[in-house]
Amino acid sequence: MEHSGDIILKAEKIVKSFGGVHALKGVDLEIRRGEIHCLAGENGCGKSTLIKIISGDYVADSGSVTLNGTRYTKLTPIESIGEGVQVIYQDFAVFPNLTVMENIAATQTLMEHKKTVNWKHYREIAQEAVSKIGFSIDFDERVENLSVANKQLVAISRALLMSAKLIIMDEPTTALTKKEVAALFKIIKNLQASGISILFVSHKMDEVYEICDRLTVFRNGENVITTDIKEVDQKKFAYYMTGREFKQEQYTCAHPGETVLEVQDLGLPGAYEDISFCVRKGDIYGITGLLGSGRTELALSLFGMLRAKTGRILIGGKQARIHSVADAQKYGIGYVPEDRATEALFLPQSIENNMIVSVLDSYTDKNGVYHAGALRRLAEEWRESLHIKIRRLSDPVSSLSGGNQQKVVLAKWLASDLRVLILNGPTVGVDIGSKYDIHQILRDLAAQGIAIIMISDDLSELLPNCNRMMIMRGGRTVCEMDTSSTTEREVANIISDTAARC
Amino acid sequence: MKTQAAFSNRFQSFSERNSNLLRLLAVFVIVFAFFAITKQGAFLKPETFASMAVQLPEYSILALGVALTLISGGIDLSVVGIANLAGILMALFLSTAATDAAPDAVPLYIAGAAAIGFLVGLSCGAFNGLLVSRFRIPPILATMGTMQIFTGLAIVITEGKSVSGLVPAYEHGINSALFGWLPVPLLMFIACAAWVSFVLNKTNYGQKLYMLGTNEKAAAFSGIHTNTVLMKTYIYSGLLAIVASLIMMGRNASAKADTGSSYTLQCVLICVLGGVKTEGGFGKVSGIVVAVLILQTISTGLNLFREINNFYRGLIWGAVLVAVLIANCIIEQKEQAKLMKKLSMEEAAEA
Repeated sequence: MEHSGDIILKAEKIVKSFGGVHALKGVDLEIRRGEIHCLAGENGCGKSTLIKIISGDYVADSGSVTLNGTRYTKLTPIESIGEGVQVIYQDFAVFPNLTVMENIAATQTLMEHKKTVNWKHYREIAQEAVSKIGFSIDFDERVENLSVANKQLVAISRALLMSAKLIIMDEPTTALTKKEVAALFKIIKNLQASGISILFVSHKMDEVYEICDRLTVFRNGENVITTDIKEVDQKKFAYYMTGREFKQEQYTCAHPGETVLEVQDLGLPGAYEDISFCVRKGDIYGITGLLGSGRTELALSLFGMLRAKTGRILIGGKQARIHSVADAQKYGIGYVPEDRATEALFLPQSIENNMIVSVLDSYTDKNGVYHAGALRRLAEEWRESLHIKIRRLSDPVSSLSGGNQQKVVLAKWLASDLRVLILNGPTVGVDIGSKYDIHQILRDLAAQGIAIIMISDDLSELLPNCNRMMIMRGGRTVCEMDTSSTTEREVANIISDTAARC
Repeated sequence: MKTQAAFSNRFQSFSERNSNLLRLLAVFVIVFAFFAITKQGAFLKPETFASMAVQLPEYSILALGVALTLISGGIDLSVVGIANLAGILMALFLSTAATDAAPDAVPLYIAGAAAIGFLVGLSCGAFNGLLVSRFRIPPILATMGTMQIFTGLAIVITEGKSVSGLVPAYEHGINSALFGWLPVPLLMFIACAAWVSFVLNKTNYGQKLYMLGTNEKAAAFSGIHTNTVLMKTYIYSGLLAIVASLIMMGRNASAKADTGSSYTLQCVLICVLGGVKTEGGFGKVSGIVVAVLILQTISTGLNLFREINNFYRGLIWGAVLVAVLIANCIIEQKEQAKLMKKLSMEEAAEA
């Protein structure tokens, strides 16, 4: 038995229901001082509910939370903060229109009940906070202009000011590049060395293995296992989370068909230059590179949101003029954007409306009246064939899980006459089960002759699912390769090492 | 038994989809009952309803235009300005050119005036649309500015005086009633409401308008020409303002730069009460129609109370608007909670 002083947090038999639903059915969680503990599980398994109970946002129906040896049955947010619990949410809860300095110092000065603003004091506070994690930044920059990674660091600095003992990070790496993840992990390790515990909520297996000491897995509101990370391999991990066994073979394309999309010397000053590649029927073509490597701009140019200044795009061997999204649609190009919530979906609108938006024009007669019946049947078909779990097509898309939402985005494009599908981060924020489903859908589509371009940071996703890939750096192609002849490590090196080529 | 269950099922899903409309109808019944009970005979007589039927069309048609712009995620505060500017130009045309015209040429002159009006509506709407789409000016500021421009133009043209002396045939036409009981202005409102309802529910443009109003960025990523949709929306709003202007001119037998200055707030109030979401993406004509009935009943009913004179009007409309906004906020939170509960209960049932 360990001494209770070594346990910073002990949640026991936590039950929480919403309406008639048991979100948590008596779960336990124990975090030791100075450990990095991973909490994993699929969407809806109760992870976020437990976090909100630990932070005092929700009150548990029964069970207790013991923080630093004090037992609470009705923990309030103030008590939680007082015990040194800090949560870094996915959206970081920063104020985008304020400066870095204001963001960091605002809470602290609020706690001091200061009525007036002393800028010198602000700067001192910010300085102190930032030095704790050894990161340098312009204090007067507005937070909205920062990269995702830097926003996160601002949120972490702010948390440290509140003399945090336990920092909970909710899927902290979702929007970070490999390099930024590495920097974040270094900071996490430093925090650990200074005795702070970290609860790392994630379902990215490679990261969990890299950073965490122990692992707790939830499924459907129940504990599945708590163990040392060394005890579980990746396969077991996926099984614990989903209760399903997955086997994913390397995607290969033995008999590629004719070339569907060919890009020749495409360039857009300031974004990318001299890009050439081609995608054939049956290909799943991967594109990777750091943020700012030009990969997103390239995708947007193929989709007509940006216009390339030099070079040509050929569709089916003929030069294509893609000056608008509507042009791209005419050529049968679909695009699944990076940010599902803001770029791809109409969250409060019905699932049906979201699915049909891209094909509306082809179901409209010359009087501008659209064919509602045919569109409904189309939506029904896609719901069936993509196995989207929904109650009714008239429910808002916001009621779906991340995985099902992404399937709706796919349906939106599949409903049209598709020849090329470009996916930018195809499974960001999607649970493992749906991730596997989506990869399977993409393989099926490729088999049907749709050229697929998959853009991703996640090499463990890209390599097994693509047969060919291209690595971009600083707006140029550094390498094009067959995925079967490379490894994640090799690709990661090429991406980040400015000298490497292949 | 089975059919009864099917019926109650269908009713349930109908009431779920139209909870806002049912709520509005209930409010209407309550408001109506209130005046019927407190004022009895003075309220419940044909003349009351006849006056309501000719009073409500002009601002209700303006409200339909405002609703379209609200659904797009914007707003059009310039509708009254457009209506007055067009009204003055039409009245000037009729009073100068048509007064000496031969009787059988009068309809032609009236058509000419309407053509001038619709041209003005089209240009003003297009100007608003350009500011909002091409120049990305926040709609509330853009149309507040154009409201001043249109009204200012009207004042400069007329030097603030009213333009009267229209052709009698026109006044007579607007103030008559079809079959002796259906006032022409009401007929025009019904036609406009039916048209807007058709546009919103059945057309490609309507569907795109809802999507654009919900998420403009996603609309662009879905291949919707967002600027075209916005242009159309503000033009439609401008054209509807002309229909309202035709009624106002006929009812007042004149046009003036400051006619219906209280209508702007009233239009927004109707839309908000009718369930058009101010953040865009949602709104139905049925809700607007019931909202119009509620407000006109309140307005007519209050007229019967001697103690409440016209000075109270602005105060009352403002208070109703704020109250409705608060109520909407509370209702929305409750519905959100209900939906979440329902969804999670179903998930649990599946598990």
